[in-house]
Amino acid sequence: MDPIHQFQIKNLLTFGHIGGAEIAFTNSALYMLIALAVIVALTIGATTSRALVPGRLQSVAEMSYEFIADTLRSSAGSEGMKFFPLVFSLFMFILVVNMIGLIPYTFTVTSHIIITASLALLVFTIVIAYGFWKNGLHFFKLFAPSGIPIILMPLIILIEVMSFLSRPLSHSLRLFANMLAGHITLKVFAGFITMLGAFGFFGWLGALVPFALVVAVTALEFLVAFLQAYVFAILTCIYLNDAIHPGH
Amino acid sequence: MADKKQADDARDRKDRDQPSAEEAALSARLRDLGKQLGRHHSDGPSDSEPGQRPTTDASAMARGFRLSTELVAGVLVGAGIGWLLDRWLGTTPLGMLVFLLLGFVAGVLNVMRVAGVVRTNTLDPPDKRQ
Repeated sequence: MDPIHQFQIKNLLTFGHIGGAEIAFTNSALYMLIALAVIVALTIGATTSRALVPGRLQSVAEMSYEFIADTLRSSAGSEGMKFFPLVFSLFMFILVVNMIGLIPYTFTVTSHIIITASLALLVFTIVIAYGFWKNGLHFFKLFAPSGIPIILMPLIILIEVMSFLSRPLSHSLRLFANMLAGHITLKVFAGFITMLGAFGFFGWLGALVPFALVVAVTALEFLVAFLQAYVFAILTCIYLNDAIHPGH
Repeated sequence: MADKKQADDARDRKDRDQPSAEEAALSARLRDLGKQLGRHHSDGPSDSEPGQRPTTDASAMARGFRLSTELVAGVLVGAGIGWLLDRWLGTTPLGMLVFLLLGFVAGVLNVMRVAGVVRTNTLDPPDKRQ
């Protein structure tokens, strides 16, 4: 009945120890591998037939490609398309991992902040590295909006830098918090059903209310699972756009 | 021999032309964006295509989700920087006070940018750059 229990990391296979830390194959890693298998099956397996009129799975694969390509092109321009593999991988990984997590008795990989923070920091590092590589010191113009009086400049730059630093934090927190909160909500409402059931017939009758809520929240969670993957992808596009065209 | 030199010259010229080619690509992109915007405006409200509705709803909800954490992230970053500065410089209450406030300002700025109240500084008029 513990709503936090579902997020526990369990070691499935211990490889050894490095500096006192255990190196193990965990349930989290297992679900990441499952997600990878699903994505590979969808993108490679479904498109091997190369039908001109796509079948169901092939059209899902094509739709996901076009969806991300359109998102990327509209927010980072056609120049941003060189980052398509990154954005597509991030979107598909988060989407599939979120969806798998909604199946009862499974583990949600994105409900651990270390995963979402790693993904967000990956994007953050790429934006900084590519921004400096492409624009050199011109990249700093991102922190200095034009048309600001000189006296205000230090303060504005400080605020802009902090706003920039808050990006990986909000990027990772949003996905992590939504998945964690959603799964805890589901578990708590589901727990109410059995608790009320202990009171006999009228208890079961009353349990219809939390049951209806669980059904509704499950539907909502499917929407959130998709939307969070979409938000993560679109924010990646927006941040990449800053690296490609800063301060113009 | 002469041909090779000519070819090299042509390549050099092409290399020099790179920025303007980039500019051309940029202006093409802007034109494309303008066309897209025009299309959106023309059939925006009376949009009855079945495939079009979910995307607009999704992007609106996506913006809502973005709003929820931007402010918190700004404040947290401010608090973090303040705490670290205090630890390194030994200015115990000052760093936290100043940077928590600055972080709050940055968070509000983030929220206003997401909401579209303030323009992002990457969208300055392009003619100012030259």
